[in-house]
Amino acid sequence: MANNSPAIKIKRGRDVIILNIIAYSFTGLIALLCLVPFLMVLAGSFSSEEAIIQNGFNILPQDFSLEAYKTVFKEPMVVIQAYATTIGLTAVGTLFGLLLQTMTAYVLSRKDFEWRNFFSFFFYFTTLFSGGVVPYFILITRTLGLKDSYFALLLPLIFSVYNLLIMKSYISAIPDSLVDAAKIDGCGEFRTLFQVVMPLIKPALATVGLFIALAYWNDWYNAMLYITDKHSEKYPLQYFLYKQVNNIEAYKKLIANNAISSSVVSSMSLPTNTLKMALTIVVTGPIILAFPIVQKYFVQGITIGAVKG
Amino acid sequence: MRNTLGRVVFKMKNGKVKKFFKKLYRYRIFLLMLAPAIIYTLIFSYYPMTGIVLAFKKYTYKGGIWGSAWNGFENFKFFFQSGQAWTVTRNTVLYNIMFIIVGTFTQVAVAVFLTEISNSRFRKLTQSMMFLPYFISWVIVGVMAFNIFSSDYGFMNRIITFFGGEKITFYTKPQYWPFIILFFNIWKGVGYGSVMYLAAIMGIDTSVYEAAAIDGANVFQRIFRVTIPMIMPTVIILFLMSVGGIFRGNFDMFYNLVGNNGLLFNYTDVIDTLTMRALISSNNFGMASAIGLFQSVLCFITVLIANKLVSLYDKDYTLF
Repeated sequence: MANNSPAIKIKRGRDVIILNIIAYSFTGLIALLCLVPFLMVLAGSFSSEEAIIQNGFNILPQDFSLEAYKTVFKEPMVVIQAYATTIGLTAVGTLFGLLLQTMTAYVLSRKDFEWRNFFSFFFYFTTLFSGGVVPYFILITRTLGLKDSYFALLLPLIFSVYNLLIMKSYISAIPDSLVDAAKIDGCGEFRTLFQVVMPLIKPALATVGLFIALAYWNDWYNAMLYITDKHSEKYPLQYFLYKQVNNIEAYKKLIANNAISSSVVSSMSLPTNTLKMALTIVVTGPIILAFPIVQKYFVQGITIGAVKG
Repeated sequence: MRNTLGRVVFKMKNGKVKKFFKKLYRYRIFLLMLAPAIIYTLIFSYYPMTGIVLAFKKYTYKGGIWGSAWNGFENFKFFFQSGQAWTVTRNTVLYNIMFIIVGTFTQVAVAVFLTEISNSRFRKLTQSMMFLPYFISWVIVGVMAFNIFSSDYGFMNRIITFFGGEKITFYTKPQYWPFIILFFNIWKGVGYGSVMYLAAIMGIDTSVYEAAAIDGANVFQRIFRVTIPMIMPTVIILFLMSVGGIFRGNFDMFYNLVGNNGLLFNYTDVIDTLTMRALISSNNFGMASAIGLFQSVLCFITVLIANKLVSLYDKDYTLF
């Protein structure tokens, strides 16, 4: 950071070299450790089953085989179904979640709303104390009767106080005079929110929207609790992966029975370990591809979240 | 005399009520905008709080929350006498202490070193690589753990046998799991966590560094005498905030890394996994809610203490 200042350049001695060695090797090592498990899954997915059985998993592929991917795509419908569920939930959840959070944050950041502290505490208190997992489970399954319903996957993640706080800190940064000016011009509250405030907080919408989207995309917990095996067609992506990886024999049977190809396949002949890896890659792929685009929004959100708690 | 006093009180009350309704009318649009969130929070957060009475009841499916019979402290007795109470509470706290200490240390080190790296391409690349694990679900992490630690095909055993060692069946040996779990916890959080410290370092006034350079500080003195002390407030605040959650176990992580592998429970069972097993596997709603309430109360107290400590340290950072 201060490396550019002339005073440092004069002193560029042994200490700088030592620090550089430590800094480069430390961050390089940690970054490599972060990447290795990904490489292992990738290499495993492109290996042949025999190579894995013989040598175990490795960072680099030991041979090249598309057998595992071919097996996944022998019965693509279940994967596509899980993708459709997750994409649908993520889209609907992010849209409504964002609307809900923005609207609430807007009211709570209005200084002429004298009850805003009361309501802020009303929301904030729920992060301090909760009834726990059992009453929540009974609420969803019995009181609301949402067992095996998509709503059981949608509702639990749609509103979060942490996202509300991030949103509130963004909206609070908008000068009051802008809102006042809109009111003088005869804007109602809804119009002020949608036409004046929202365009000003586009980065916040992106950040909070991505936080919500990631929560939906990675959710398996709610499916585990609220979607029974009888309705496995409603599994979202991550829970689908969880189920197949933990019961790979059942998945192999499913593929063998439903295989599109005319040739009769026995589940015994299908790969096991590489199939798990290929399925994991098929499920992880899109998020890794989207990662370079969305990373900066997350960095922004975390920084704000850290400052405002 | 009494009469007039009564009238005054009535008038005051009347005035207050009137004022309240006036405000209610004035804020009607605000309240309309808040309504969805209020209704949601009432249903999904406040209503379940009343469900804690279950901890003192013998839950039957027919009776539900309100119709089931009371059974006093039986659920708690069962939980504490089973011997699991101490194990899971100890595990939860010890794991969290480990995560906080090692996590903070790694994240601060990464942030400090990243800012010292002048090659911006290397910096950006390594930062992105470290951020990657944050984006994937724990289900996928569970698959990765299996890749590395499975006894037959795992990468770890490949390394061990390469150096002439004996294969280790990790999934039957609980003593290794605190380290494995610690590794994946740090692994998943390092990119995310270091961002906050990076932001804190970026906020340091460059003139402080110039002054240090003029005074002849070498780079190590610059780090230990300027950078670290300057980001100490952030470190302490984040530290105290995580202390507030010390009784909360990350169910996602423990369940996907360990699952229902009973062989490992002595070292890996935390409050959250025990609650979930009581709920899902044994359908013991009473005990599950007793454990849940036990945890909620402990969490509530530690959060209040942590918040008090934060406010003593720096008033601006208190949460409420």
